[in-house]
Amino acid sequence: MRFCFALALVLCAVPGVATERTLTLASTTSTQNSGLYDYLLPILKDETGIDVQVVAVGTGQALRIAQNGDADAVMVHHRTSEDAFVSGGHGVDRRDVMYNDFVIVGPAVDPAGISLATSVRDAFEKLAEGQVIFISRGDDSGTHKREQEFWEMADVEPSGSWYREIGSGMGAALNMASVTDGYTLSDRGTWLSFGNKGNLTILFSADPPLFNPYGLILVNPDRHDHVRHNTALQFADWLTSVRGQLAIAGFRVAGEQLFCPNSEEFLSLPQDQRPPCPD
Amino acid sequence: MLTLSEAWRLIASADSDLVMIVTLSLRVSLTATLVASALAIPAGAAVAIWSFPGRRVIVIVATSLMALPPVVVGLMVYLLLSRSGPLGDLGLLFTPGAMIIAQSVLIFPIVMALTREAILPLEREYRLLIRSVDAGPGLRMATLVWDARFAVTTAILAGFGRAIAEVGAVIIVGGNINGVTRIMTTTIALETSKGNLELALALGIILISIAFLVNALTHGILHLGQKYQVSR
Repeated sequence: MRFCFALALVLCAVPGVATERTLTLASTTSTQNSGLYDYLLPILKDETGIDVQVVAVGTGQALRIAQNGDADAVMVHHRTSEDAFVSGGHGVDRRDVMYNDFVIVGPAVDPAGISLATSVRDAFEKLAEGQVIFISRGDDSGTHKREQEFWEMADVEPSGSWYREIGSGMGAALNMASVTDGYTLSDRGTWLSFGNKGNLTILFSADPPLFNPYGLILVNPDRHDHVRHNTALQFADWLTSVRGQLAIAGFRVAGEQLFCPNSEEFLSLPQDQRPPCPD
Repeated sequence: MLTLSEAWRLIASADSDLVMIVTLSLRVSLTATLVASALAIPAGAAVAIWSFPGRRVIVIVATSLMALPPVVVGLMVYLLLSRSGPLGDLGLLFTPGAMIIAQSVLIFPIVMALTREAILPLEREYRLLIRSVDAGPGLRMATLVWDARFAVTTAILAGFGRAIAEVGAVIIVGGNINGVTRIMTTTIALETSKGNLELALALGIILISIAFLVNALTHGILHLGQKYQVSR
């Protein structure tokens, strides 16, 4: 027993302390599940020495964590919520970072026939008419908020046994869609890197409302004096610099580019110096 | 079973990331077990030995709290440690320290209630003897805990088992940060959500193996101790 205690004492040596060069970033499950951070953060660390610690939750919760001062910066994807966060005085210095798009995935046989839809609105109308199983994130994430906006566009109030709010991350929603032959709205990044697609396939995409931009906001240092604002600034500068933006553009899963950079600095480059990006 | 063979292959090719995750899991859960046991064993022994007003209530509460949902513990610790919470200045949220606190809270009632169960019958047996040698309260408790050490160890192991297998509390207070607060169970949850079911299963097998090893080791040590005592 004494040996056990000794062993435990050895193992419980004080955990590493966060330093000035560490940064807590509250972000979304869609960016984490796509594998972007696993690829990007080592590059960032090499070039700037900054160690970014990502807490991946839904957009709503990420903003909440930042509002409480439990993160130094947030990277999320719901413009309306981001603007409210900044105008509420919780965050400063919002910057465009990158974008991809949303896709509607579902069983390849497509019982609702949305692959023939002419617009997002039409697709969501068809989903409601067909009463096909639809997996909703139901977690106040950016994807969930956008999905609700699409239902509103289609003038549908989704309810009934076909509409399943699971209150979980993007991957969990895709897992469930895969098992139940259901439909769901996903960001393209998570979809491409998802490992359990089963019968699922992209049935509808490439309509302007499906644009999915990600923004970076720093937590207001006047609200929380403990936040590492200088480090957060350096991180934001690198991420939106040409180097950082090219690194984002270089992230590929199975040969496909997952995110298109779109910071101000990047867009000011002449067109021919920017890697092409699908619109 | 394609998935299972894939899982074994992944275990065989264990990389440094995996080693780090396993080490952190053990560090967090063993520390939590140590902290909780240091408080819960005396507490459990005390309610077994002495009767005082409110003892019955304490026992009922401790026993009920054995069923404490990890998510609730996580939420409570989260609210305490958040920068906007009462202990926010410690800056512990999203660190291994927060995970240790959450797991300690979670397993304290388990170790306490089981320790009480272990000591209760001995206490009845020894009552007259202890009274006759006029042992002080400290010695009395130490003697009873020592003589019940096998059952008390089982209590500690039950606490450890709960701690290492738990995911709901640590994912909330730790944030599942890669390389910082990512442990086995949160990795399993993450890989499952990424659709990497083989990897998730492989990690599950490792988790079970570790729990098995820790238990076997402890029982081995106890067994040796017992033999040593007999031969003395």
